Amino acid sequence: MIVFTTILDVVIGGLIMGGIYALIAVGLSLQYGVGRVLNVSHGEFIMIGAFATWSLYTLLGVSPLVSLIICGPVLFVIGFLIHRTLFQYLRGQSESIGAFADSSLLASFGLLFIIQNVALLIWKADIRGYSYLNSSVSILGAIFAANRLVALLFAVVISLVFYFFLTRTRLGKGIRAAAEDPVTAQVMGVNIHRVLAICFGLGALMAGFAGPLISMIYEIQPTMGLEYTVIAIIVVVLGGLGSITGSLIGGFILGLIGSIVTYFDPGLSLVAYYIIFILLLLIRPTGILGKG
Amino acid sequence: MDLVGVIFKRPFSLGYLFLALILFATIPLYVQPYFVILLTTVFMYIIITVSWTIFSGPTRYISLASAAFFGVGVYTSALIGKTFPLPVVILAGSLISFILALFIGLLTLRLRGMYFIIFTFSISELMRNFLLWWETTMTGTVGRWVVMVEHVTVYYVILVILVLALLTAYLIRRSRFGLALKSIGEQEEAATHIGINATVVKTITFAISAFFMGATGAIMATKWKYIDPRIAFDPLLSFMPVLMAIFGGTGQLFGPVFGAAVLAYLEEILTTKFPYYYMLLFGSILIVVILFLPHGMVGLVQKWRKGGSKRQNANS
Repeated sequence: MIVFTTILDVVIGGLIMGGIYALIAVGLSLQYGVGRVLNVSHGEFIMIGAFATWSLYTLLGVSPLVSLIICGPVLFVIGFLIHRTLFQYLRGQSESIGAFADSSLLASFGLLFIIQNVALLIWKADIRGYSYLNSSVSILGAIFAANRLVALLFAVVISLVFYFFLTRTRLGKGIRAAAEDPVTAQVMGVNIHRVLAICFGLGALMAGFAGPLISMIYEIQPTMGLEYTVIAIIVVVLGGLGSITGSLIGGFILGLIGSIVTYFDPGLSLVAYYIIFILLLLIRPTGILGKG
Repeated sequence: MDLVGVIFKRPFSLGYLFLALILFATIPLYVQPYFVILLTTVFMYIIITVSWTIFSGPTRYISLASAAFFGVGVYTSALIGKTFPLPVVILAGSLISFILALFIGLLTLRLRGMYFIIFTFSISELMRNFLLWWETTMTGTVGRWVVMVEHVTVYYVILVILVLALLTAYLIRRSRFGLALKSIGEQEEAATHIGINATVVKTITFAISAFFMGATGAIMATKWKYIDPRIAFDPLLSFMPVLMAIFGGTGQLFGPVFGAAVLAYLEEILTTKFPYYYMLLFGSILIVVILFLPHGMVGLVQKWRKGGSKRQNANS
């Protein structure tokens, strides 16, 4: 029975981490898969979401779940504007799409430095945290804090809604068309610049949803961004570059692996991620759902 | 005006190089220690950037593994620095980095573009995180003490490594080997078809560039005295050479040297004068450079000179 509750504990813990990983990976996947921007400042957007939530909760008592609804759209607008100005200009200037991938990577490093510095100025370098909904809930003998289950529920619901948005709506189809072949999509009447900016904005939106959820269950600090970016990159490659479904599945797989490794030795979880990632790149760089 | 022209046309003509060498070799005799230490840091960045450019410049494979090779040098110094004389330690650091790069090079043959970039970054981060875990759980202390070496000695060692790195970069650039590298960067399949063994050429060049990074790490460790995995494998050490080389322009040997010198000096000024705004300023400069100077500072000067001569032609 103890073995059973331990397994349940590890599995549900993995699903919770996995849900958040899936969310941030879908955001990065849109930005890279469609827009060719490997946005290494993705984690900084998550961090901004997390700290805004912390500030709103500790200063004004605003519920993190309300912050989530505010942070997402605000970051969407910021992301949209950044793409419209910075990345659109770079794209127009680049000789090839490969050259654009390189220069946009460097530009997003610049964004990383700027956003992190601004966050350090506002919130200082301290580790923060707050307690919200931390009454315990028992599932078949394993005990979880309510906030972690709420985070999981939100991550799953947001991912599903997003998935249906991409597959069922007109804009979603335009985005997928732009991902497949930007030139043809443009010929077919897709406003490519607008779609690309929306994709970048949607990536920031996902970060804006993930940040508040992360702040509910983990400790946060202004330098936390890069770690989440790296996890998102690993998940995106794991699921196959450009595949949204792959990112969702990859997120849960990595979450489960992380949860298992953390059960044995918490210090080794990042090491395990990198080993998995390196092996994956060597054996099957196209990922689990990528096209060969 | 003429002087500027000559310098930009032939920045590495023997006479100037010789003069510069004499100047830098005698500098510790007549300047303050602070300036020598500053120069050491600037030279460190120049070496890393020039050696990064040896591989990544012509082939256009952007490597983010510089921190890994540097860190290997740092840890070599920390582990054997007490038992062996300095030259042996530095050579050991370079050779271990060299071998590691051969190994990584052979592993990454199939990877290109973005995959290569994130693979090299992961290698470096894997080493940092593994060492952090190892040091905290196995040895119990995160950091290590390194035998201190006098700052003037550090300066001269760095100067020697710098001269060797520049010489190597120059020779590779001028040789058939350099042409092979360039053709790999232009069109790898075509390069293979005309009989270039792309695998061997890429791997060896990658290892040569790692050699100098390892040497630099080994000597810089003795300057810092205390090291831990976060300092030795700092991801900034991987990003900086990319930024500096692109800032200077990778088209010419002079570009990375110039870019590294300017940015390293700027970093020093910004971190001491504006420690709280340093990253903000640095990030802004990075974005401005990428937006407005896609071919780097040297590219800008060349464009300006070209434009100038065209205008002269139009007038005459």
